[in-house]
Amino acid sequence: MAKITVDGIVYEVNPQNNLLQECLSHGLDLPYFCWHPCMGSVGACRQCAVKQYRNADDKIGTVVMSCMTPASDGAIISIADAQAVKMRSSVIESLMISHPHDCPVCEEGGECHLQDMTQMSGHNYRRYDFKKVTHRNQNLGPFINHEMNRCIACYRCVRYYDDYAGGKDLAALGAHHHVYFGRQEEGTLESEFSGNLVEVCPTGVFTDKTFSEHYTRKWDLQTAPSICTGCGAGCNTTPGERYGTLRRIVNRYHHDLNGYFLCDRGRFGYGFNSSDNRITEASLVSSHADEKGVRKPLTQQEAQRQFDALTAGDVVGIGSPRASLESNLALRARVGVKNFYAGFSAEQQRCMQAVIAINREQGLHCPDIRTLEQADCVLVVNEDITNTSPRFALALRQAVRNRAAQLATDARIPLWQDAAVRELAQNELSPLFILSPQGTRLDDVATETFLSTIAQQVALLSAIANTIDASVGTAATDEDSAEQARRIAAALISATKPTIVSGTSAGSEALIHATANVARALRKYSVQSAAINLCFAMPEVNTMGLALLMEEGGGTLDEALQRLARGNADAAIVLENDLSLRTTPAAIDAAIAGTDSGSAVWVVIDQLHNSFNARAQLLLPVTSFAEQNSTFVNYEGRAQSSHQVFPADAALRPGYEWLTPHDPLSPLLTTSETILFHSAQTLAAFAGAEKLLPPRTGMQALMKSPRQLHRYSGRTAMHAHSNVHESKQPTDRQSPMAFSMEGLSLQKDSSLLSAAWAPGWNSNQAISKFQDEINGELKQGCKGVHLLQRTLPPQSAMAVNSAKAGKKGTFVVYFIDHIFGSDELSAKSPAITARSVGPYLCIGKSEATALGLHQHGLARVSNGDHVVELPVLIRQRIAAGAVGIYCGAEINRHLFAGSVSVAPVNEDDNVLARSRQMFSDLIINDSLINNSESGRG
Amino acid sequence: MTDRPLTRNIDMSRAPFDIGQYRAAGGYGSVEKMLKTMAPGDVLDLVKNSGLKGRGGAGFPTGLKWSFVPMGDNAPKTKYLVVNADEMEPGTFKDRLLMEGDPHLLLEGMMIAAYTIQANTAYIFLRGEYLRAEKLLQNAIAEAHNKGLLGKNIQGSGFDLEIILHTSAGRYICGEETALLNALEGKRANPRAKPPFPQVSGLWGKPTIVNNVETLCNLPGIVNYGIEWFKGLGLGADAGTKLCGVSGRVKNPGCWELPLGTPIRELLEDKAGGMCDGYALRAFLPGGGSTDFLLPQHLDLTLDYDVIGKAGSRLATGTMIVLDDRTCPVGMVGNLMKFFSHESCGWCTPCRDGLPWIDEIFQRFEKGGGLESDMQVLTDHLEYLGPGRTFCALAPGAMAPLGSALRHFRDDFHDHIHGGGCPWQR
Repeated sequence: MAKITVDGIVYEVNPQNNLLQECLSHGLDLPYFCWHPCMGSVGACRQCAVKQYRNADDKIGTVVMSCMTPASDGAIISIADAQAVKMRSSVIESLMISHPHDCPVCEEGGECHLQDMTQMSGHNYRRYDFKKVTHRNQNLGPFINHEMNRCIACYRCVRYYDDYAGGKDLAALGAHHHVYFGRQEEGTLESEFSGNLVEVCPTGVFTDKTFSEHYTRKWDLQTAPSICTGCGAGCNTTPGERYGTLRRIVNRYHHDLNGYFLCDRGRFGYGFNSSDNRITEASLVSSHADEKGVRKPLTQQEAQRQFDALTAGDVVGIGSPRASLESNLALRARVGVKNFYAGFSAEQQRCMQAVIAINREQGLHCPDIRTLEQADCVLVVNEDITNTSPRFALALRQAVRNRAAQLATDARIPLWQDAAVRELAQNELSPLFILSPQGTRLDDVATETFLSTIAQQVALLSAIANTIDASVGTAATDEDSAEQARRIAAALISATKPTIVSGTSAGSEALIHATANVARALRKYSVQSAAINLCFAMPEVNTMGLALLMEEGGGTLDEALQRLARGNADAAIVLENDLSLRTTPAAIDAAIAGTDSGSAVWVVIDQLHNSFNARAQLLLPVTSFAEQNSTFVNYEGRAQSSHQVFPADAALRPGYEWLTPHDPLSPLLTTSETILFHSAQTLAAFAGAEKLLPPRTGMQALMKSPRQLHRYSGRTAMHAHSNVHESKQPTDRQSPMAFSMEGLSLQKDSSLLSAAWAPGWNSNQAISKFQDEINGELKQGCKGVHLLQRTLPPQSAMAVNSAKAGKKGTFVVYFIDHIFGSDELSAKSPAITARSVGPYLCIGKSEATALGLHQHGLARVSNGDHVVELPVLIRQRIAAGAVGIYCGAEINRHLFAGSVSVAPVNEDDNVLARSRQMFSDLIINDSLINNSESGRG
Repeated sequence: MTDRPLTRNIDMSRAPFDIGQYRAAGGYGSVEKMLKTMAPGDVLDLVKNSGLKGRGGAGFPTGLKWSFVPMGDNAPKTKYLVVNADEMEPGTFKDRLLMEGDPHLLLEGMMIAAYTIQANTAYIFLRGEYLRAEKLLQNAIAEAHNKGLLGKNIQGSGFDLEIILHTSAGRYICGEETALLNALEGKRANPRAKPPFPQVSGLWGKPTIVNNVETLCNLPGIVNYGIEWFKGLGLGADAGTKLCGVSGRVKNPGCWELPLGTPIRELLEDKAGGMCDGYALRAFLPGGGSTDFLLPQHLDLTLDYDVIGKAGSRLATGTMIVLDDRTCPVGMVGNLMKFFSHESCGWCTPCRDGLPWIDEIFQRFEKGGGLESDMQVLTDHLEYLGPGRTFCALAPGAMAPLGSALRHFRDDFHDHIHGGGCPWQR
């Protein structure tokens, strides 16, 4: 530790950091623009000027930029020095020269870093009286607004978008005071992480277009700490509500997981909450003879009565990986463990069992996202993480830069010197190997991408494991594969933090075991018995939670459907699940039909209408993640609390409330907290989960955390159209938060950080006031509870069944995922829908030519039993002998698993034009769109 | 031995020497001597001890600059020499004379510098408008290649060198050595933060030295004739000769090689022939557009880095711009401000947004409508755009003529503000 003196006060600092970071870490107010905690310093904006003195005798000093000056031991600086103050005020005066005075109509107003820094710097009166520089704005697609006139040229946007997130279509253009930040030509921003521009931009250049649709000020939003439901990564979010609808989602800092950044699915995929598709009332298909088949709405009381009556007998309960842990627990409690069945597909359940066992095995470690960023050699196996667990992909883009960090350290360049570190390292990247059936969006930073089918991947993984440890796996059969295996094995062995990332999307148990075997082989080389990083991405927010629950007993989905098909149940309760995504239509039809001796009554509890729940007799509307308290378990086995943001419409209830028998004597039994507490006491898989519940001590016993900022306005006017008397705020009996402005001040207790705000810091950058140091842990608040313990001894390598190869004349099918469209709920959000494409077939160039398929033409895809016609996308980079199918919402992927034959279909110009239009929205690295060899990038 | 080592071969009435003529005149002798008898460290010591200072403007000791390049077995194998031939300082045309008059001299100097730091690739970053120099240099490089003076294993020494000529797309900021490196890499020509210095992490992150054309052209003489000779060339404290130019209303504007330490009066009156008839000297910028004005009382100062520095300006490029008594000083400074404002790269706030404001104020002075409060804005910017406040030296350079003009020509500013525009145009 070193010591520095700031305005006469001595602070302990880390000399590896710069002065700005250390001042902010110690809670000092020092304005800045171009510096970012994740992106380091470049010295562009000159806002963080301080006075530095050579020694105690130096009374004159020099004005320096604190972000560009190391916090070296003995440094003496002043923030309050008059020259430094004047410098900072002059910078604001400059930045304001062309900045419009549109704060009242600017969407950044009220959470604008520029406003905050202007206030802090004390610049008030305009002296500049010439014309302002103005710009033309661009349409950047459905996510982001562009208002360049507000730009203060801090360069953060391009540093984030290009340097940090690997984007290629946003640039600084022009020079001097005409510098412009935009695309070369108007068009949708291509990066899957573009939404972070909204938070990275210190003013209102890049704002959230979905928020604009129903804009409200930050201070008027009701907010609560929440978990993103877009995938199983468990990113922390802050959704905001006004007038009963969800208005936006912003990042909520989590030290181990998402840090400062979200993916665009997570940020913009909330619109399904208020979509027309939402189930807003309970309904029952009438069984009366005169109106048979007519669906009639029910009141909540009627619905509950019908529900209890219809499910009084033998009941099958089918859980859900996208429902909260509490709702799954409540369903299990209601139907009994013998009648509780998993809500995921059979192969998914087998994969999850394998993954959980691996996650309990000693000598292996499941990396959190921050740990992924620190990996110095990464092997990605099959999972297209940019599209299934996007935040991982952003982390791996940082991991490949660890080579740069190493070079900079050797050259004694401080790591916060962002531009200098990048300059020194140039294109030198840490090794990243990808095994994938098709080119991925990470290929530009990958050492090599091996285009391979699952069967080939399993073989290669076995060869890698065998190369690392001859007692594991099987050696490669041909010299090419042996050489590939040697390259990957050598890189993994020489790494100090080797990391393997895969997932369950392929539904292949063999692949999971083969992947784990590589990690097991690597233990032989692990440095100081450090665990080998191995993780599996999960497709849904609670995939792991449900899988853990199934460890405690219960059947598979297939068993449930077979039982129903046999007529062995009076009723089936399906919790928040579209079973058509989990199995074949035939299996569902058979289960619904039952037998002559009887078929079950189907009760579906869900958020959105779909073709499956349209067939339910009783349909119960359920609250969304923003309308209920939930616990979700992420891919690591980390249970996290997601808090209710706003009271739902009276017709909607959380799943666990519908499912828990109502006891008027103890209404508290149905709260999420009591359910979680009970499960922690009774189910081994959830031991320790009660630590998620906030302690109720001291002040908290008497006061709640407010969901509304102290500036929340309009409370007395909101309902004035119906009643001029101010109504009582809704009471929240379920959680330690209140639907109110009153309660514990954030500055006193931030364990439930509804929104980052601190005096003088209205933007999200106020988060530094809640961290123990910049980039550090939150001072208060719960990081979640790890449910998986490493209790199993290290396993020797599992035998792996080689995956099936395709028959002659057919293609092996792999299924394509898209960040915008593959997730069931977010896909129904308008902004996401605007970025989604319909189903299509992906095929390699030589195969397409051999079959006579044209780019964007139609192909008939058949597996003998089922046929579908799909638009064709010919790609440069695709495994030989494989075709990819993107199913979208239209095609049941279970029909086409395995291998298919492909034939051309005569298409007309309309079809070609339609599919060309569709494919032009698709952002992939290696398409042959418009027959250009380079494709879009 | 010569007392005009830079220009002894130059005669602008004929084509420059081809390689045969150049060698006949003793050219490339220094390279042969160096490769046969000197280790890189010997050359470094020689240049260090010669007292050669960079001729690009900053006057930093060349040997010292080179000594920061990591050498030895642990140093990176790839290193670069880059020649800053992006001569864009207003009023400066000295490097052009060297490249158009004697292109082989530059190549010879580059070989010495490259050998010293053991760089095998050298770039000439040439101002895009210097089409004649481009052709001549391209030709000279090809000639040197043909004679085995460039390429692999030069003269059997085991030393390899390739010289690549790069013509700039044209920004003043490319004269800033780190912005030049970014431009050479195909990036935006924004300067880089220092440290790290280019000697440690320069072109493509590799150790690099960037030297001005004239600096390198001094090297053959130093290797050929030694330290004492070089020091003896200077009349005062500084060693060697300097190309000095004069532009403005003088009888014979041009560029000459003079010993450092020559009185300014000799340059202006003997070489440039004094002021045109009917014009008197009002002031002059001694070293190009980004130096402070000096006045007639300074004419007897000598052309030495320290002497000019003590008088409150800089010798810089040594190319003088003369302001006569019938030209508006406010207009002249306004013209410079327009130039600097336009040439700002747009990276740091004070330069990007401060210079255009200054430019606007000068335009208003010109047209009429200037305000007394504008003077305060200008004064405030002198500190705000001063050294250390901005990312690089462009804006502080722009403040030099502005600050000195505000001191020396206050009455002219007053006349503009209170007389409804430029009095010279009324």
